[in-house]
Amino acid sequence: MAKYDYVPSAFRSNPIVKWVDHRLPIFELIDEQLIKYPAPRNLNYMWNFGSLAGICLVIMIVSGIFLAMNYQASTLHAFDSVERIMRDVNYGWLIRYIHMNGASMFFIVVYIHIIRGFYYGSYKAPREILWWLGIVIFLLMMATAFMGYVLPWGQMSFWGATVITNLFSAIPVVGQAIVTWLWGGFSVDNPTLNRFFALHYLMPFVIAGVVLLHLWALHVHGSNNPLGIDAKGPQDKVPFHPYYTVKDALGLGVFLIVFAYFVFFNPYMLGHPDNWIPANPLVTPAHIVPEWYFLPFYAILRAVPDKLGGVLLMFGSIAILFLLPWLDTSRVRSAKFRPAYRLFFWLFIAVCFVLGWAGGQPAEGPALLIGRIATILYFAHFLVFLPLLGWFEKPLPLPSSIAEPVLGGGKMAAAAAMEKA
Amino acid sequence: MRFVKFLAVAAVLAVSSAPAMAAEVLVPPKQKWAHDGFFGTFDRASLQRGFQVYKEVCSACHAMKQMRYRNLAGIGLSEAEIAAIAAEYETTDGPNDEGEMFQRPSRASDRFKSPFANELAARAVNNGAYPLDLSLIAKNRVGGENYVYALMTGYADPPADMKIADGMNYNKWFPGHQIAMAQPIQPDGVQYADGTPATVEQMSKDVATFLAFAASPHLEARNSLGVKVMLFLFIFTGLLYATKRKIWKNLH
Repeated sequence: MAKYDYVPSAFRSNPIVKWVDHRLPIFELIDEQLIKYPAPRNLNYMWNFGSLAGICLVIMIVSGIFLAMNYQASTLHAFDSVERIMRDVNYGWLIRYIHMNGASMFFIVVYIHIIRGFYYGSYKAPREILWWLGIVIFLLMMATAFMGYVLPWGQMSFWGATVITNLFSAIPVVGQAIVTWLWGGFSVDNPTLNRFFALHYLMPFVIAGVVLLHLWALHVHGSNNPLGIDAKGPQDKVPFHPYYTVKDALGLGVFLIVFAYFVFFNPYMLGHPDNWIPANPLVTPAHIVPEWYFLPFYAILRAVPDKLGGVLLMFGSIAILFLLPWLDTSRVRSAKFRPAYRLFFWLFIAVCFVLGWAGGQPAEGPALLIGRIATILYFAHFLVFLPLLGWFEKPLPLPSSIAEPVLGGGKMAAAAAMEKA
Repeated sequence: MRFVKFLAVAAVLAVSSAPAMAAEVLVPPKQKWAHDGFFGTFDRASLQRGFQVYKEVCSACHAMKQMRYRNLAGIGLSEAEIAAIAAEYETTDGPNDEGEMFQRPSRASDRFKSPFANELAARAVNNGAYPLDLSLIAKNRVGGENYVYALMTGYADPPADMKIADGMNYNKWFPGHQIAMAQPIQPDGVQYADGTPATVEQMSKDVATFLAFAASPHLEARNSLGVKVMLFLFIFTGLLYATKRKIWKNLH
C-alpha cells in the first residue's frame, strides 16, 4: 500500500493516549487502520458487505453465548431445552430467532461479498492471499453452520447430520472407520451431539482469528475498487472515517431492517418445518434437505451417481476457488471493462441459483438432469470460460486514474495507459 | 447481456416458487387469521373455544408436552380459572418421605397431562398408530395452522378408484390421503359457552387458532416489539442516510 503521509487525529496528542501509545501503540493502530486509513474514493455499496459480515459474526457470537447458557447438549434434553428457551426464558424467543435467522443473514451477506469479488476481480494480484483467507472463513462458516443446525435435535438436525457425516464413508478403505470416529459411536447419537456443541462453540472464535488475518491482508494493499485500477495518489483516496464509517453505518441500517423483518415477522420462512419435530432415528423424513445456503453444493453432490465422485466434486467446487486468481487469465480486474466476462458472470450467477433450486428437489427426473447440466456449467466457468476469456476478450480502455472519472473529468485514457495488474 | 440478466432473474423466481412445485408436498389453502400480519393478535374468544375443543376432543389421544397450565394465561384465563382447570388432572409426583410416588391434583406449573404413559401405550390402544404431540403441530407442518384447519375439514368420501385400508380414513389433506384418525370433529361435538354455533368449520378454526398459539405463544410480543424495532430502524436509517449525504457532499 502506498503509505500516505497523514496528520494524526487530534486525540493522539492527549497525554494519556500518548502514554499508552508509547507502550502499546493501540491508539496509533486505530488511527492508522480505522480512522485515517486511506480507502479508494469510488467504493460502491457492494463494498458494504465485508463490514456487514464482520457484524454478523459478532451478532452470532453474542446471541450464541446467551443460547449456550440455556441449552443442554444431550439427546434427551436438547429439543426440550430449546423449547424452554423459546417459551420460558426472558426474550429467549428473540435470542433464538436472531441466532437462527442470523445464520441465514450471515450467508446472504457473505455470498454477496464473494460475488462482489468475482465481479470486480478482487482476487487478482496482489490480493490472492486475502482471497484464500476468505475461502478459509467460508469453509469454517459452513462447518459451524452445519454443526449448529444439529444442536436443536429436530428431525432435520438428526438426518442432516447422518447424511453429511456419512459422506466421509466414501473415502476408500478407512471411510467407515472415520465415520465411526466422527460419531463417537455407531450412529449419530449423544457423543456426536456433545462434540458438535463443543466445536460449534469453538469455531466462531477460530473464524474471528482468520478474519483478523483477512483484515491484515486487506490493509496491506487496501481495498480493490469498482474500476479495478490501483490508486495513483492521495487524490484517489479518502480517509476511512468519516466517509466509509458513515457509509457502512447506512448499509448496516438497511441490513438490520431486512434482518428484523425476518426475526419479528417471518422467523420460520428460512427454516424447514420438520426441524420442529423432535429427532427420531426410526422415522426418516420424506426429503432430507440441508439449509438453503447449502443447496447448490448439495445439488453438486447428488449430480454424480457415484458417492465418492459426488463428495470429491462437492469439495472440489469450493477448492477450485483457491485457484481462481490463476484460472482467470485476464489482467483487467473489473468486469466493468470486460464485456464478455460480464456475460459469463451473470450466466454463472444464474447457474448457482439453478443449482440451489435443484438441490431442494428430490434427486430424480428433470431436476436431477438440470442439476447435472448446471454442475457442468459451474465447473466449466472456472476451468474453460475464465481461462479462455483472458485470451480472447478485448477489454475496454481503462481510465487513467480513480479520481478522473469520479471527479467528472470523463476523459478515458487510451488503452495504452492500462494499469499493470 | 440483458438476456442473461433475465435468465438470472427467472432462475431466482423459479427458486422462490420451488416449494409450491415440490411434488408430494400438499400446500393447504391459506385461511384468514386474526394473528396474521404485522399487527396481528390472537382472537381471545377463538383461543378459549379452541382450548375447549382440545380439552374435550383432542386431548383424549393427543398430548401437548410443551404446554403448562400457566400458559393458559395467554388465552385470557384468570389465575383462578387456570388453577381450577389444572386441578381436574392428576399429576404423578414424588417420591415422598416413604420413597413412594403419589398422585396429586396438577398445579399451574405442571405440564399438560398426557393421555398415555408413553408412545407404546398410545399405539396399543390406537390400532398401532401414534397420536402426535400437538404442541408444535402449527410449526412442524407445511402451512402450519392452515394445515390443521385443512386436515380437520378435509374428511370426505374417497375417490372411487382408491382403496382405503382397514381402520383408515380418507382425508384430502393428509400426506398419502389415508389417516388412522377418524374424523375427530363432528357437528356440535362441543357445547360452546359463548353460544357460538359449533360447526365443523368453526371448531376447526378455533382449535387451529389454539394450536397456533401453543406453537408460538410469544407471537403477540414478537409483533408488538417488531413494530417498534422497525419504526426505530426506519428513523435511524433515515438519519444515517441524511448524514451520509451531508458528509459525502464535500467529495463530489
